[in-house]
Amino acid sequence: MSIFQMTKTVLRNLAGGPATRQYPAVPARRCPITRGHVVFDPATCRSCGLCSRRCPCEAIRLDKEAKVWEIDRMRCIACGDCVEGCPFGSLTMEPDYFPPVVEHVTERYTITYVKPEKPAKKPVEESVKEEGVGESA
Amino acid sequence: MPERIIVPFGPQHPVLPEPIHVDLVLEDEKVVEAIPSIGYIHRGLEQLVQKREYTEYVYVAERICGICSFIHALCYSQGIEHIMGIEVPDRARYLRTIWSECSRLHSHLLWLGLFADSMGFENLFMRSWQLRESVLDVLEDTTGGRVIQGTCKVGGVRRDIGQEKLDEMHRELDPFEKQCRDLGDVFLNDETVKYRLQGLGVITKDEAYALGAVGPTARGSGVAIDHRDTGYAAYGDLGFKPVVETAGDCYARCAVRVKEVYASIDLIRQAISEMPEGPIDVKVKGTPDGEYFSRAEQPRGEVIHYLRGDGSKHLARARIRTPTLANIPPLVKMLPGAQLADVPVVVLSIDPCISCTER
Repeated sequence: MSIFQMTKTVLRNLAGGPATRQYPAVPARRCPITRGHVVFDPATCRSCGLCSRRCPCEAIRLDKEAKVWEIDRMRCIACGDCVEGCPFGSLTMEPDYFPPVVEHVTERYTITYVKPEKPAKKPVEESVKEEGVGESA
Repeated sequence: MPERIIVPFGPQHPVLPEPIHVDLVLEDEKVVEAIPSIGYIHRGLEQLVQKREYTEYVYVAERICGICSFIHALCYSQGIEHIMGIEVPDRARYLRTIWSECSRLHSHLLWLGLFADSMGFENLFMRSWQLRESVLDVLEDTTGGRVIQGTCKVGGVRRDIGQEKLDEMHRELDPFEKQCRDLGDVFLNDETVKYRLQGLGVITKDEAYALGAVGPTARGSGVAIDHRDTGYAAYGDLGFKPVVETAGDCYARCAVRVKEVYASIDLIRQAISEMPEGPIDVKVKGTPDGEYFSRAEQPRGEVIHYLRGDGSKHLARARIRTPTLANIPPLVKMLPGAQLADVPVVVLSIDPCISCTER
Protein backbone atom coordinates (compact mmCIF):
# COMPACT_ATOMS: atom_id res chain seq x y z
CA MET A 1 0.00 0.00 0.00
CA SER A 2 1.33 3.40 -0.92
CA ILE A 3 0.92 4.71 2.63
CA PHE A 4 3.88 2.52 3.64
CA GLN A 5 6.20 3.87 0.90
CA MET A 6 8.80 4.94 3.46
CA THR A 7 8.74 1.66 5.42
CA LYS A 8 11.37 -0.03 3.24
CA THR A 9 13.84 2.79 3.90
CA VAL A 10 12.99 2.87 7.60
CA LEU A 11 13.63 -0.86 8.00
CA ARG A 12 16.89 -0.61 6.08
CA ASN A 13 18.00 2.28 8.27
CA LEU A 14 17.11 0.36 11.44
CA ALA A 15 19.32 -2.53 10.36
CA GLY A 16 22.08 -0.34 8.89
CA GLY A 17 23.19 1.61 11.96
CA PRO A 18 23.73 5.37 12.16
CA ALA A 19 24.60 7.39 9.04
CA THR A 20 26.60 9.93 11.03
CA ARG A 21 30.08 9.55 12.41
CA GLN A 22 30.76 9.22 16.13
CA TYR A 23 32.90 12.35 16.12
CA PRO A 24 35.32 13.00 17.90
CA ALA A 25 35.88 9.27 18.64
CA VAL A 26 35.93 8.70 14.87
CA PRO A 27 37.88 11.43 13.06
CA ALA A 28 36.02 13.70 10.62
CA ARG A 29 36.22 13.08 6.88
CA ARG A 30 39.31 14.66 5.41
CA CYS A 31 39.90 15.67 1.84
CA PRO A 32 43.44 16.59 0.72
CA ILE A 33 42.35 19.49 -1.51
CA THR A 34 40.03 21.20 0.99
CA ARG A 35 40.74 24.91 1.19
CA GLY A 36 41.30 25.22 4.93
CA HIS A 37 43.83 27.93 5.66
CA VAL A 38 46.84 29.58 4.06
CA VAL A 39 50.33 28.79 5.35
CA PHE A 40 53.20 31.21 4.74
CA ASP A 41 56.87 30.30 4.46
CA PRO A 42 58.98 33.36 5.39
CA ALA A 43 62.18 31.67 4.22
CA THR A 44 61.24 31.69 0.51
CA CYS A 45 59.19 34.90 0.15
CA ARG A 46 60.90 37.49 -2.05
CA SER A 47 58.48 40.32 -1.18
CA CYS A 48 57.05 40.66 -4.69
CA GLY A 49 53.66 41.63 -3.26
CA LEU A 50 51.58 39.64 -5.80
CA CYS A 51 49.64 37.93 -3.01
CA SER A 52 48.49 41.17 -1.41
CA ARG A 53 47.54 42.60 -4.81
CA ARG A 54 45.55 39.50 -5.78
CA CYS A 55 43.74 39.05 -2.46
CA PRO A 56 40.06 39.89 -3.10
CA CYS A 57 39.35 40.73 0.54
CA GLU A 58 42.52 42.68 1.41
CA ALA A 59 43.51 40.19 4.09
CA ILE A 60 47.21 40.16 3.19
CA ARG A 61 49.50 43.11 3.85
CA LEU A 62 53.12 43.34 2.91
CA ASP A 63 55.59 45.89 4.17
CA LYS A 64 58.59 45.65 1.86
CA GLU A 65 60.75 48.03 3.90
CA ALA A 66 60.23 46.33 7.25
CA LYS A 67 60.11 42.87 5.59
CA VAL A 68 56.86 42.07 7.35
CA TRP A 69 54.12 39.87 5.88
CA GLU A 70 50.74 39.97 7.60
CA ILE A 71 47.57 37.96 7.19
CA ASP A 72 44.27 38.90 8.80
CA ARG A 73 42.68 35.53 9.52
CA MET A 74 39.28 37.11 10.10
CA ARG A 75 39.21 38.62 6.60
CA CYS A 76 40.73 35.67 4.72
CA ILE A 77 38.10 33.67 2.83
CA ALA A 78 40.53 30.88 1.88
CA CYS A 79 39.82 31.28 -1.84
CA GLY A 80 43.36 30.21 -2.70
CA ASP A 81 44.03 32.99 -5.20
CA CYS A 82 47.25 34.03 -3.44
CA VAL A 83 48.48 30.42 -3.43
CA GLU A 84 47.87 30.18 -7.19
CA GLY A 85 49.52 33.52 -7.85
CA CYS A 86 52.69 33.09 -5.74
CA PRO A 87 55.59 32.61 -8.19
CA PHE A 88 57.99 31.31 -5.50
CA GLY A 89 55.78 28.72 -3.78
CA SER A 90 55.90 30.54 -0.45
CA LEU A 91 52.18 30.07 0.12
CA THR A 92 50.43 26.74 0.51
CA MET A 93 46.86 25.75 1.30
CA GLU A 94 46.34 23.33 4.17
CA PRO A 95 43.14 21.26 4.42
CA ASP A 96 42.52 21.96 8.12
CA TYR A 97 40.17 24.80 8.97
CA PHE A 98 41.52 27.59 11.11
CA PRO A 99 40.40 26.92 14.70
CA PRO A 100 37.69 29.18 16.15
CA VAL A 101 39.02 32.08 18.22
CA VAL A 102 37.58 34.75 20.50
CA GLU A 103 40.01 37.51 19.61
CA HIS A 104 40.91 39.18 16.33
CA VAL A 105 43.85 37.28 14.84
CA THR A 106 46.44 38.97 12.64
CA GLU A 107 49.49 36.84 12.04
CA ARG A 108 52.78 38.66 11.43
CA TYR A 109 55.83 37.09 9.90
CA THR A 110 59.24 38.58 9.39
CA ILE A 111 60.54 37.58 6.00
CA THR A 112 63.85 35.77 6.44
CA TYR A 113 64.64 35.23 2.76
CA VAL A 114 68.20 36.21 1.97
CA LYS A 115 69.19 36.81 -1.61
CA PRO A 116 71.73 34.12 -2.51
CA GLU A 117 75.17 35.45 -3.37
CA LYS A 118 75.99 33.09 -6.25
CA PRO A 119 73.97 34.81 -8.99
CA ALA A 120 75.54 38.10 -7.96
CA LYS A 121 79.04 36.73 -8.59
CA LYS A 122 78.40 35.55 -12.15
CA PRO A 123 78.03 38.93 -13.86
CA VAL A 124 81.30 40.01 -12.23
CA GLU A 125 83.13 37.01 -13.71
CA GLU A 126 81.58 37.67 -17.10
CA SER A 127 82.57 41.30 -17.04
CA VAL A 128 86.14 40.31 -16.13
CA LYS A 129 86.18 37.91 -19.08
CA GLU A 130 84.83 40.56 -21.41
CA GLU A 131 87.54 42.94 -20.31
CA GLY A 132 90.11 40.26 -20.96
CA VAL A 133 88.78 39.66 -24.48
CA GLY A 134 88.84 43.38 -25.10
CA GLU A 135 92.50 43.61 -24.06
CA SER A 136 93.62 40.77 -26.32
CA ALA A 137 91.88 42.30 -29.28
CA MET B 1 -18.62 38.06 8.17
CA PRO B 2 -15.80 36.82 10.40
CA GLU B 3 -13.43 39.29 11.94
CA ARG B 4 -10.14 39.85 10.12
CA ILE B 5 -6.89 39.54 12.02
CA ILE B 6 -3.28 39.96 10.93
CA VAL B 7 -0.76 37.30 11.91
CA PRO B 8 2.91 37.99 11.28
CA PHE B 9 4.76 35.06 9.67
CA GLY B 10 8.53 35.32 10.03
CA PRO B 11 11.16 36.72 9.87
CA GLN B 12 11.99 34.11 12.53
CA HIS B 13 10.01 30.95 11.98
CA PRO B 14 10.94 27.27 12.48
CA VAL B 15 10.51 26.37 8.81
CA LEU B 16 12.34 29.40 7.43
CA PRO B 17 16.08 28.94 6.97
CA GLU B 18 16.36 32.64 6.18
CA PRO B 19 14.41 35.74 7.23
CA ILE B 20 11.39 36.80 5.18
CA HIS B 21 8.38 38.47 6.69
CA VAL B 22 4.81 37.93 5.50
CA ASP B 23 1.80 39.62 7.08
CA LEU B 24 -1.09 37.17 6.80
CA VAL B 25 -4.59 38.62 6.84
CA LEU B 26 -6.83 35.88 8.22
CA GLU B 27 -10.53 35.22 8.39
CA ASP B 28 -10.78 32.54 11.07
CA GLU B 29 -7.97 30.18 9.99
CA LYS B 30 -8.14 31.02 6.31
CA VAL B 31 -5.65 33.37 4.62
CA VAL B 32 -7.33 36.09 2.58
CA GLU B 33 -4.31 38.23 1.84
CA ALA B 34 -0.56 38.05 2.20
CA ILE B 35 1.71 41.09 2.34
CA PRO B 36 5.42 40.24 2.05
CA SER B 37 8.27 42.45 3.18
CA ILE B 38 11.93 41.80 2.56
CA GLY B 39 15.14 43.59 3.42
CA TYR B 40 16.49 41.88 6.52
CA ILE B 41 19.84 40.79 5.11
CA HIS B 42 20.78 43.32 2.46
CA ARG B 43 24.56 43.39 2.15
CA GLY B 44 25.18 45.78 -0.75
CA LEU B 45 27.04 43.26 -2.90
CA GLU B 46 26.09 45.01 -6.16
CA GLN B 47 27.82 48.21 -5.03
CA LEU B 48 30.94 46.21 -4.19
CA VAL B 49 31.50 45.66 -7.91
CA GLN B 50 32.92 49.18 -8.09
CA LYS B 51 35.55 48.41 -5.46
CA ARG B 52 36.74 44.98 -6.56
CA GLU B 53 38.53 44.13 -9.77
CA TYR B 54 36.34 42.33 -12.28
CA THR B 55 38.32 39.09 -11.87
CA GLU B 56 38.05 39.28 -8.07
CA TYR B 57 34.30 39.89 -8.12
CA VAL B 58 33.77 36.21 -9.03
CA TYR B 59 34.45 35.41 -5.36
CA VAL B 60 31.85 37.97 -4.27
CA ALA B 61 29.31 36.72 -6.82
CA GLU B 62 29.85 33.20 -5.51
CA ARG B 63 29.07 34.33 -1.97
CA ILE B 64 25.72 35.92 -2.84
CA CYS B 65 24.11 32.63 -1.92
CA GLY B 66 25.40 29.56 -0.13
CA ILE B 67 23.41 27.08 -2.21
CA CYS B 68 23.55 28.24 -5.82
CA SER B 69 27.06 29.61 -5.29
CA PHE B 70 28.67 27.96 -8.30
CA ILE B 71 25.94 29.07 -10.71
CA HIS B 72 26.21 32.70 -9.57
CA ALA B 73 29.95 32.59 -10.32
CA LEU B 74 29.23 30.86 -13.65
CA CYS B 75 26.64 33.44 -14.65
CA TYR B 76 28.94 36.34 -13.76
CA SER B 77 31.93 34.76 -15.56
CA GLN B 78 29.85 34.10 -18.68
CA GLY B 79 28.76 37.74 -18.72
CA ILE B 80 32.34 39.05 -18.51
CA GLU B 81 33.50 36.48 -21.10
CA HIS B 82 30.79 37.66 -23.48
CA ILE B 83 31.72 41.34 -23.04
CA MET B 84 35.43 40.61 -23.58
CA GLY B 85 34.87 38.08 -26.37
CA ILE B 86 36.61 35.22 -24.60
CA GLU B 87 36.07 31.69 -25.92
CA VAL B 88 36.08 29.19 -23.03
CA PRO B 89 37.76 25.81 -23.75
CA ASP B 90 35.46 22.79 -24.19
CA ARG B 91 36.72 20.96 -21.13
CA ALA B 92 35.99 23.98 -18.94
CA ARG B 93 32.44 24.14 -20.31
CA TYR B 94 31.88 20.48 -19.42
CA LEU B 95 33.42 20.86 -15.96
CA ARG B 96 31.19 23.89 -15.34
CA THR B 97 28.18 21.79 -16.33
CA ILE B 98 29.12 18.98 -13.95
CA TRP B 99 29.56 21.36 -11.02
CA SER B 100 26.36 23.23 -11.90
CA GLU B 101 24.41 20.00 -11.88
CA CYS B 102 26.05 18.89 -8.61
CA SER B 103 24.92 22.23 -7.13
CA ARG B 104 21.41 21.62 -8.42
CA LEU B 105 21.43 18.11 -6.95
CA HIS B 106 22.48 19.24 -3.50
CA SER B 107 20.12 22.22 -3.58
CA HIS B 108 17.12 20.11 -4.57
CA LEU B 109 17.95 17.43 -1.99
CA LEU B 110 18.27 20.16 0.65
CA TRP B 111 14.93 21.61 -0.41
CA LEU B 112 13.22 18.20 -0.44
CA GLY B 113 14.42 17.72 3.13
CA LEU B 114 13.20 21.15 4.26
CA PHE B 115 9.90 20.58 2.49
CA ALA B 116 9.44 17.22 4.23
CA ASP B 117 10.26 19.00 7.48
CA SER B 118 7.59 21.65 6.80
CA MET B 119 5.06 18.85 6.27
CA GLY B 120 6.16 17.24 9.53
CA PHE B 121 7.75 14.21 7.85
CA GLU B 122 10.99 14.22 9.89
CA ASN B 123 12.15 10.82 8.74
CA LEU B 124 12.10 11.87 5.09
CA PHE B 125 13.88 15.11 5.98
CA MET B 126 16.81 13.21 7.50
CA ARG B 127 16.95 10.79 4.57
CA SER B 128 17.09 13.63 2.01
CA TRP B 129 19.93 15.31 3.85
CA GLN B 130 21.77 12.03 4.15
CA LEU B 131 21.78 11.74 0.36
CA ARG B 132 22.76 15.39 0.00
CA GLU B 133 25.85 14.72 2.09
CA SER B 134 27.26 12.36 -0.54
CA VAL B 135 26.89 15.11 -3.21
CA LEU B 136 28.70 17.56 -0.92
CA ASP B 137 31.51 15.02 -0.47
CA VAL B 138 31.93 14.81 -4.26
CA LEU B 139 32.00 18.60 -4.48
CA GLU B 140 34.64 18.78 -1.75
CA ASP B 141 36.74 16.09 -3.42
CA THR B 142 36.67 17.83 -6.79
CA THR B 143 36.71 21.53 -5.90
CA GLY B 144 38.06 21.83 -2.35
CA GLY B 145 34.88 23.40 -0.95
CA ARG B 146 31.57 21.90 0.14
CA VAL B 147 29.26 24.82 -0.61
CA ILE B 148 31.57 27.60 -1.83
CA GLN B 149 33.33 25.80 -4.66
CA GLY B 150 35.57 28.66 -5.80
CA THR B 151 36.52 26.92 -9.04
CA CYS B 152 34.87 29.15 -11.62
CA LYS B 153 36.82 32.09 -12.95
CA VAL B 154 36.69 34.44 -15.90
CA GLY B 155 38.15 32.48 -18.82
CA GLY B 156 37.53 28.94 -17.61
CA VAL B 157 37.83 26.98 -14.39
CA ARG B 158 40.56 26.94 -11.75
CA ARG B 159 40.73 23.22 -11.14
CA ASP B 160 40.52 20.09 -13.28
CA ILE B 161 38.98 16.74 -12.33
CA GLY B 162 41.33 13.84 -13.02
CA GLN B 163 40.18 10.89 -15.14
CA GLU B 164 40.39 8.58 -12.12
CA LYS B 165 37.98 10.74 -10.13
CA LEU B 166 35.64 11.09 -13.12
CA ASP B 167 35.50 7.29 -13.46
CA GLU B 168 34.82 6.96 -9.75
CA MET B 169 32.00 9.52 -9.96
CA HIS B 170 30.54 7.66 -12.93
CA ARG B 171 30.60 4.38 -11.00
CA GLU B 172 28.97 5.94 -7.93
CA LEU B 173 26.14 7.52 -9.94
CA ASP B 174 24.21 4.26 -10.41
CA PRO B 175 23.81 3.36 -6.71
CA PHE B 176 23.20 7.04 -5.93
CA GLU B 177 20.42 7.22 -8.53
CA LYS B 178 18.80 4.13 -7.04
CA GLN B 179 18.78 5.76 -3.59
CA CYS B 180 17.39 8.98 -5.06
CA ARG B 181 14.62 7.07 -6.81
CA ASP B 182 13.69 5.36 -3.53
CA LEU B 183 13.51 8.80 -1.94
CA GLY B 184 11.61 10.30 -4.88
CA ASP B 185 9.05 7.49 -4.77
CA VAL B 186 8.06 8.56 -1.27
CA PHE B 187 7.52 12.17 -2.39
CA LEU B 188 5.65 11.18 -5.54
CA ASN B 189 3.61 8.15 -4.45
CA ASP B 190 3.08 8.24 -0.70
CA GLU B 191 -0.60 8.81 0.15
CA THR B 192 0.08 10.99 3.19
CA VAL B 193 2.38 13.30 1.20
CA LYS B 194 -0.15 13.50 -1.66
CA TYR B 195 -2.99 14.22 0.76
CA ARG B 196 -0.99 17.07 2.27
CA LEU B 197 0.16 18.66 -1.01
CA GLN B 198 -2.34 18.12 -3.77
CA GLY B 199 -4.58 21.10 -4.52
CA LEU B 200 -2.60 23.33 -2.15
CA GLY B 201 -1.27 26.74 -3.26
CA VAL B 202 -2.54 26.44 -6.83
CA ILE B 203 -1.35 28.87 -9.46
CA THR B 204 -2.50 28.48 -13.06
CA LYS B 205 -0.29 28.53 -16.13
CA ASP B 206 -1.49 31.99 -17.24
CA GLU B 207 -1.08 33.46 -13.76
CA ALA B 208 2.41 31.99 -13.40
CA TYR B 209 3.41 33.45 -16.76
CA ALA B 210 1.83 36.85 -16.11
CA LEU B 211 3.40 37.18 -12.67
CA GLY B 212 6.84 36.30 -14.03
CA ALA B 213 7.39 33.02 -12.18
CA VAL B 214 10.66 31.26 -12.96
CA GLY B 215 12.19 27.84 -12.36
CA PRO B 216 10.27 24.97 -10.77
CA THR B 217 7.48 27.37 -9.69
CA ALA B 218 6.76 28.14 -13.36
CA ARG B 219 7.43 24.61 -14.60
CA GLY B 220 5.08 23.16 -11.96
CA SER B 221 2.30 25.22 -13.55
CA GLY B 222 3.07 24.03 -17.07
CA VAL B 223 5.19 26.96 -18.27
CA ALA B 224 8.14 25.27 -19.99
CA ILE B 225 10.84 27.85 -19.29
CA ASP B 226 14.26 26.56 -18.42
CA HIS B 227 17.28 28.58 -19.40
CA ARG B 228 19.36 25.44 -19.80
CA ASP B 229 17.66 24.64 -23.12
CA THR B 230 19.36 27.68 -24.67
CA GLY B 231 22.52 25.60 -24.43
CA TYR B 232 24.91 27.68 -22.31
CA ALA B 233 28.01 25.90 -20.86
CA ALA B 234 27.75 22.36 -22.28
CA TYR B 235 23.97 21.94 -22.06
CA GLY B 236 23.66 22.41 -25.82
CA ASP B 237 25.71 19.24 -26.41
CA LEU B 238 23.91 17.11 -23.84
CA GLY B 239 20.35 16.96 -25.17
CA PHE B 240 18.60 18.62 -22.26
CA LYS B 241 14.80 18.68 -21.92
CA PRO B 242 12.99 20.71 -19.22
CA VAL B 243 10.83 18.88 -16.67
CA VAL B 244 7.27 20.20 -16.73
CA GLU B 245 4.21 19.42 -14.59
CA THR B 246 0.80 20.96 -15.17
CA ALA B 247 -1.19 20.89 -11.91
CA GLY B 248 0.36 24.09 -10.49
CA ASP B 249 -0.02 23.01 -6.85
CA CYS B 250 2.60 22.23 -4.18
CA TYR B 251 2.67 18.59 -5.27
CA ALA B 252 3.49 19.57 -8.87
CA ARG B 253 6.33 21.86 -7.75
CA CYS B 254 7.68 19.06 -5.57
CA ALA B 255 7.38 16.58 -8.47
CA VAL B 256 9.32 18.94 -10.78
CA ARG B 257 12.20 19.05 -8.31
CA VAL B 258 12.21 15.30 -7.72
CA LYS B 259 12.34 14.69 -11.49
CA GLU B 260 15.02 17.33 -11.90
CA VAL B 261 17.17 15.36 -9.46
CA TYR B 262 16.94 12.39 -11.85
CA ALA B 263 17.58 14.68 -14.84
CA SER B 264 20.66 16.17 -13.14
CA ILE B 265 22.09 12.70 -12.51
CA ASP B 266 21.58 11.91 -16.21
CA LEU B 267 23.27 15.14 -17.27
CA ILE B 268 26.28 14.48 -15.03
CA ARG B 269 26.56 10.95 -16.40
CA GLN B 270 26.47 12.23 -19.98
CA ALA B 271 28.93 15.05 -19.29
CA ILE B 272 31.42 12.62 -17.72
CA SER B 273 31.22 10.17 -20.60
CA GLU B 274 31.55 12.90 -23.26
CA MET B 275 34.22 14.91 -21.41
CA PRO B 276 36.65 16.36 -23.99
CA GLU B 277 40.40 16.62 -23.41
CA GLY B 278 42.25 19.90 -23.51
CA PRO B 279 43.05 23.02 -21.50
CA ILE B 280 40.73 24.24 -18.75
CA ASP B 281 41.26 27.97 -19.05
CA VAL B 282 42.46 30.74 -21.33
CA LYS B 283 44.54 33.73 -20.36
CA VAL B 284 42.44 36.84 -19.80
CA LYS B 285 43.91 40.12 -21.03
CA GLY B 286 42.42 43.58 -21.04
CA THR B 287 39.41 44.99 -19.29
CA PRO B 288 35.68 44.69 -20.01
CA ASP B 289 34.15 47.51 -22.02
CA GLY B 290 30.49 47.05 -22.81
CA GLU B 291 27.35 45.67 -21.25
CA TYR B 292 25.57 42.33 -21.19
CA PHE B 293 22.62 40.55 -19.61
CA SER B 294 24.01 37.19 -18.58
CA ARG B 295 21.48 34.48 -17.71
CA ALA B 296 21.79 31.02 -16.18
CA GLU B 297 19.42 28.49 -14.66
CA GLN B 298 19.77 28.10 -10.92
CA PRO B 299 18.02 25.40 -8.87
CA ARG B 300 15.35 28.02 -8.06
CA GLY B 301 15.01 29.45 -11.53
CA GLU B 302 16.61 31.86 -13.89
CA VAL B 303 19.21 34.28 -12.54
CA ILE B 304 20.18 37.42 -14.43
CA HIS B 305 23.44 39.30 -13.99
CA TYR B 306 23.46 42.66 -15.76
CA LEU B 307 27.08 43.80 -16.08
CA ARG B 308 28.44 47.02 -17.49
CA GLY B 309 32.13 47.75 -17.86
CA ASP B 310 33.63 51.10 -18.82
CA GLY B 311 37.08 49.91 -19.85
CA SER B 312 38.60 50.13 -16.37
CA LYS B 313 39.42 47.15 -14.17
CA HIS B 314 36.36 47.86 -12.03
CA LEU B 315 32.89 47.34 -13.49
CA ALA B 316 30.68 50.42 -13.56
CA ARG B 317 27.46 48.63 -12.61
CA ALA B 318 26.16 45.21 -11.73
CA ARG B 319 22.54 44.31 -11.19
CA ILE B 320 21.51 40.85 -10.13
CA ARG B 321 17.92 39.61 -10.48
CA THR B 322 17.65 36.41 -8.53
CA PRO B 323 14.93 33.76 -8.99
CA THR B 324 13.33 34.16 -5.55
CA LEU B 325 12.62 37.84 -6.19
CA ALA B 326 10.72 36.82 -9.33
CA ASN B 327 8.87 34.11 -7.41
CA ILE B 328 7.54 36.34 -4.60
CA PRO B 329 4.58 37.76 -6.65
CA PRO B 330 3.39 34.21 -7.50
CA LEU B 331 3.76 33.33 -3.79
CA VAL B 332 1.49 36.24 -2.84
CA LYS B 333 -1.02 34.87 -5.35
CA MET B 334 -0.75 31.32 -3.95
CA LEU B 335 -1.34 32.11 -0.29
CA PRO B 336 -4.96 33.41 -0.26
CA GLY B 337 -7.31 30.50 0.32
CA ALA B 338 -4.80 28.37 2.22
CA GLN B 339 -5.24 27.46 5.87
CA LEU B 340 -2.84 29.01 8.39
CA ALA B 341 -1.29 25.58 9.05
CA ASP B 342 -0.54 25.19 5.32
CA VAL B 343 1.29 28.52 5.00
CA PRO B 344 4.77 27.10 5.82
CA VAL B 345 4.35 24.43 3.12
CA VAL B 346 3.19 26.95 0.50
CA VAL B 347 5.97 29.42 1.34
CA LEU B 348 8.60 26.70 1.11
CA SER B 349 7.18 25.39 -2.17
CA ILE B 350 8.78 28.31 -4.08
CA ASP B 351 12.13 27.43 -2.44
CA PRO B 352 12.76 30.90 -1.01
CA CYS B 353 16.40 31.94 -0.91
CA ILE B 354 16.45 35.26 0.85
CA SER B 355 20.17 35.97 0.90
CA CYS B 356 20.01 35.73 -2.92
CA THR B 357 16.99 38.00 -3.09
CA GLU B 358 18.46 40.78 -1.00
CA ARG B 359 22.10 40.45 -2.06
